[in-house]
Amino acid sequence: MAEIHADEPTRRDFLYVATGAFAAVGAATAVWPLIDQMNPDASVLALASIELDIGAIPVGQEITVKWRGKPVFVRHRSDAEIQAAEAVDISTLRDPQTDDARLVKGPSGQLEKQWLILIGICTHLGCIPLAYKGEFNGYLCPCHGSVYDTSGRIRQGPAPLNLEVPPYKFVSDTKIQIG
Amino acid sequence: MSGHSTYKPSNGFTKWIDSRLPIVRLVHDAGVSYPTPKNLNYWWTFGGILTLCLGIQIITGIVLAMHYIPQTDLAFASVEHIMRDVNYGWLLRYVHANGASMFFIAVYVHMFRGLYYGSYKAPREILWILGVLIYVLMMASAFFGYVLPWGQMSFWGATVITNLFSAIPVVGQSISTWLWGGYAIGDPTLNRFFSLHYLFPFLIVGVVVLHIWALHVTGQNNPTGVEPKGDKDTVPFTPYATAKDALGMSLFLILFAYFVFFNPLGLGDVANSEIANPLKTPPHIVPEWYLLPFYAILRAVPDKLGGVLLMFSAIAVLFVLPWLDTSKVRSARFRPIYKQFFWLHLIVCIGLGWCGAQTPDLVITHVGSAESGINFTVTHLARILSFYYFFHFIILFPLLGLIEKPKPLPESISASVLGTAKS
Repeated sequence: MAEIHADEPTRRDFLYVATGAFAAVGAATAVWPLIDQMNPDASVLALASIELDIGAIPVGQEITVKWRGKPVFVRHRSDAEIQAAEAVDISTLRDPQTDDARLVKGPSGQLEKQWLILIGICTHLGCIPLAYKGEFNGYLCPCHGSVYDTSGRIRQGPAPLNLEVPPYKFVSDTKIQIG
Repeated sequence: MSGHSTYKPSNGFTKWIDSRLPIVRLVHDAGVSYPTPKNLNYWWTFGGILTLCLGIQIITGIVLAMHYIPQTDLAFASVEHIMRDVNYGWLLRYVHANGASMFFIAVYVHMFRGLYYGSYKAPREILWILGVLIYVLMMASAFFGYVLPWGQMSFWGATVITNLFSAIPVVGQSISTWLWGGYAIGDPTLNRFFSLHYLFPFLIVGVVVLHIWALHVTGQNNPTGVEPKGDKDTVPFTPYATAKDALGMSLFLILFAYFVFFNPLGLGDVANSEIANPLKTPPHIVPEWYLLPFYAILRAVPDKLGGVLLMFSAIAVLFVLPWLDTSKVRSARFRPIYKQFFWLHLIVCIGLGWCGAQTPDLVITHVGSAESGINFTVTHLARILSFYYFFHFIILFPLLGLIEKPKPLPESISASVLGTAKS
């Protein structure tokens, strides 16, 4: 084959690059199933919501239920706990959020202030905080000492964020659906 | 060193083999005639000891996998079954579990030997980097393996470690979910960790082959740090190094056997004898002893992302060590100032390990007056030690090479061994 000396890219160069690029995209596409298979599968996603009867939880007590493999705290707050949560100056918080913003409305259209629903996982490194412990009588994480208040907001320690509020709604006065 | 081969096939059959697949030649050149510096001390036997450790882990691991079940409802029970019912199961499991600790004891000795004698310096940079890579793979394997018995510390250790990735901005939480295969550690996590725990040792084998290949290209460093100048400075690998390695391994196996037979749970955490409970965090989460210094660095930083970054940097800095050290002299024998800082650094690393094992708010001492003073806690100590850890590599390493006046180097290894070096 005669050698072609050209400063301009030739049609052959273009074909090489196009073929190579096509092969690279094809290889990358083939890798995606190998990566995506590690994401939550259909059976895990199917268990994504639960219903819970909260009528039997007395004021000032809390239960822990399992949702998506995670602990969820359902806390029946006393008036004192609600007032303590509402009295906080938002600007002093690390992750500023009002108490109201962490609650949902009940069937009556009013905020259900006595019910605090939280994902019970410390936002630091995933330990489970202990209820009714710590300076604000909210939560204390035993692992690295993060302290949360009666609204589950971070107040002291290494955790960066408030305890997460899961998506939930009241399906009746005494029943909630989480997820 | 690599290059010429001294192997001579002795008969027709070996000649026939040699001209088709020169595997006997390879073994002969690498394991018999390979010239080793004649002044190697017992710190150099840990390479062989580590190979032995890897072999023991792979063999016991493959056998344990025949009895283990990677399913959250059955994993803990299957380990109990191995301990109680499987013939010699207790022995295999204790060898495997303590073998991990022994592996890390050996690798730490091997690494600090490299630091003391400057084995990471030119032309051994790639050899060193491959070694650090093996160390990282070892830590990952050990982490995956520790999750498998599905005890309390397995579960919560895995929770803390996988949550480290959630510190990454924006995509962090998605990465954690992807690693778990769910919204928390569960069956998919345990299954994939088992799969990876089986894979990683073979990745280590692959990198070990490269590590030994690189070693055989550059040749071994030695206690003087002076390159061999000819046949007078070396002895053949077999029988000299082989015999020395065999004695080192035997002594090491005595320590190994002590733990396996007399103190099999001494290096583990008692909380792992309790089955994993996703709704109850143990009061005090600690990793295995060999990861404690890094855990201390993680906790020393009051910021989540900062702690994670600093912890990974503590490992990453090892990769660039060959370029941080400006001293031309390898061995600390001839570096009076570096030698002292080497020991200080070793003490700091052990101190960090101690900090990692304590609760962070444990008060070590009270500073100042009883009313107005402050409590000096483990966290404060860990901060000082973490600072020194990085100071040592990033500031001292480049600086010492410029200000230190090394002692005169011996002319050759022979001169050093025979004591004719004027120093």
